[in-house]
Amino acid sequence: MSAVTVFGLCAAAAVGLGLYGLIANPQPLRKIIAFNLLGSGVFLLFGIVGRRGAAAAFGNDPVPQALVITGVVVAFSATALAIALLLRLFQIAGSTTLDGPAPASPPSDPSGG
Amino acid sequence: MSIATVFEIALAAVVLGLAIWTIAVPDTYSATVGFIAYGLLVALIWVRLDAVDVALTEAAIGGGLGGVVLLGAAARLRDTEAMTTEAPSLIVRLSAAILSASIAAALAVAILLLPDPAPTLAPEVVSNSGATGMANPVTNVLMAFRGMDTMLEKVVLLLAIVGVWSLASDQAWGGRPGLRHQADPNGVLAFLARLLPPAGIVVGIYILWTGADHPGGAFQGGAVLASMWLLVIMAGLADTPPVRSRWLRLILVSGPGLFLVVGLGGLCFGPAFLAYPVAFAKPLILGIEVAMLLTIATTLGLLLAGAPERSAE
Repeated sequence: MSAVTVFGLCAAAAVGLGLYGLIANPQPLRKIIAFNLLGSGVFLLFGIVGRRGAAAAFGNDPVPQALVITGVVVAFSATALAIALLLRLFQIAGSTTLDGPAPASPPSDPSGG
Repeated sequence: MSIATVFEIALAAVVLGLAIWTIAVPDTYSATVGFIAYGLLVALIWVRLDAVDVALTEAAIGGGLGGVVLLGAAARLRDTEAMTTEAPSLIVRLSAAILSASIAAALAVAILLLPDPAPTLAPEVVSNSGATGMANPVTNVLMAFRGMDTMLEKVVLLLAIVGVWSLASDQAWGGRPGLRHQADPNGVLAFLARLLPPAGIVVGIYILWTGADHPGGAFQGGAVLASMWLLVIMAGLADTPPVRSRWLRLILVSGPGLFLVVGLGGLCFGPAFLAYPVAFAKPLILGIEVAMLLTIATTLGLLLAGAPERSAE
């Protein structure tokens, strides 16, 4: 079993686990983490395909590498934005539930809105 | 089975275990810690896949800064966990498991059945690398051959920071992001915040400079600079700048702005958008990378600091 196969199966499992966590976990922060896990698995699959396409004295195809670097930065920006939204929801509503209306009287002190 | 293969299988097993931990553990804080460890080990996988540029980015941005932003949110939301009682029904969880398992299985089969020899663009990258005067193929792809992606990604960073800032309440609009950090002025954190940044800034600039010919570049260097800045802020030695500050906004648009100007220059005086004149390709790209380094470091730091929460005074 080569490195590509081992890591490829690992990446496929990470995608599956991330997808399951995204659907099944009720907490928004856990959904964000699961989404990042899914993305990380997809990036790794890119890297595996690039590793198999290694040619011309490179260990890994530079084109998918460059795309993954761009993807990692974009995923980080999206995560930071999602977390800012979540913290703002918590600040206004006092809870972070996605189900139904938020409680009418927030237990924590909201700083306006 | 060689030592290297044993190491790879062990690494993959630990990474997989951490991924399962991240999804299955009930406590969110533990899940976050598991995900950070996962991100750092994935950087090792990238090294094993001979993608050192990606490994640097993953360790600095995916594991490092992403971990900090997740940990901060997990700490602030820790008390809400007890309030969240809803759980999906067994049918939902079961169908989610079946769906996820079949997608993972399909991906695994696709990885096992990839065409041989695999399609690759590496020879084209090599044959065109003389046009930019830089030896690092990944930097060539990022800045020249797929420069459009990289420019638009700068715009995504800018949009993300606009989105985060727009979540400020009316009183805090234009103010300083995050809470004022207090730390013992004689403590370890304040000591590190005085000791590390001089070296860290040199390392960040070196990573940018060496990115022309070796693994490295504006993203990795920018992440190092951002972490140095955050260290100083978290130790309470400096405050986050108010977001209404003009110089701050100027730095934020300088990277994508310069990229756009150079791209339009290629359209006006050259064959196409983002086409660099061959004689000036390397200085132009390095100039864009320097502006990008500043923009990336500032944006990443501000994304971590979050929405404005205090007025500027």
